[in-house]
Amino acid sequence: MPAMADETLFQLLHTQVVAAAYGAGRGSGDEGLRAGLTVLEGMGFRVGQGLAERLPQGALAFREELDTIKFLCRDLWGAVFGKQTDNLRTNHQGTYILQDNNFPFLTQMAWGQQYLEEAPKVLGEQFLAFTCGLLRGTLSSLGIESSVTASVTSLPACKFQVVIQKA
Amino acid sequence: MAVCIAVIAKENYPLYIRSIPAEQELKFHYTVHTSLDVVDEKVSAMGKALVDQRELYLGLLYPTEDYKVYGYVTNSKVKFVMVVDSSNTALRDNEIRSMFRKLHNSYTDVMCNPFYNPGDRIHSRAFDNMVTSMMVQVC
Repeated sequence: MPAMADETLFQLLHTQVVAAAYGAGRGSGDEGLRAGLTVLEGMGFRVGQGLAERLPQGALAFREELDTIKFLCRDLWGAVFGKQTDNLRTNHQGTYILQDNNFPFLTQMAWGQQYLEEAPKVLGEQFLAFTCGLLRGTLSSLGIESSVTASVTSLPACKFQVVIQKA
Repeated sequence: MAVCIAVIAKENYPLYIRSIPAEQELKFHYTVHTSLDVVDEKVSAMGKALVDQRELYLGLLYPTEDYKVYGYVTNSKVKFVMVVDSSNTALRDNEIRSMFRKLHNSYTDVMCNPFYNPGDRIHSRAFDNMVTSMMVQVC
């Protein structure tokens, strides 16, 4: 039976998870914020590890870093968000920018003017922490250590910057 | 039917190892350990050959007089090693491949279990049952 409500359910769950991570009981201020960030990112990391096992269908097609990143953009995005990333840029020295012009977690917020002022800082860092962890976890399982940050310039578009750690 | 099945982590320590009969466990542990070198050889050799699609199934690692050892590596560099009785000549390549595929699927399920921490030993009952079904029936 085709899963029709999956995407909406996932978005709703994600919103609530974010609210719970930064919610009451964690303390306010910087410390509480950092704790919430760690929890969210860690959650995403663990999910990413599981996905890295399940997604690649069959053969090891990743001969180089770029192939793995392309796999992220196509297959991982497709499986989790139902679409592919719109743009991938790299400086060929270990930094990749994945751009999504219509990121599913942000579409609902893009409707009105309400969130425009808060958009860049809050959203990029805090709201998208789970997704950053997700990317980092998948890469780590596939053998690439990295650090991932997100930034939002204009809703609902966002960019994920992946910096590969050189051993 | 296999006589020993092992799941080895990326850092080359065992996540799961089981053998039948239990008295020969040490010998099989040693066999699996030595076969890891062969696995590494195959993986690096494939990398240099620049083939379009690298296979996850590594095939026969090395045969001895008593048994044969087969290998399989996943995308996250987790290795599965299977030791099979040589006298059991009925086992064809396809069957070994399908056994590895079942192993991989079960391992993926273990990995997706949120209560499982990657790097821990595998204690899952479902995984145990699946491995039991693949091992030799000892009366």
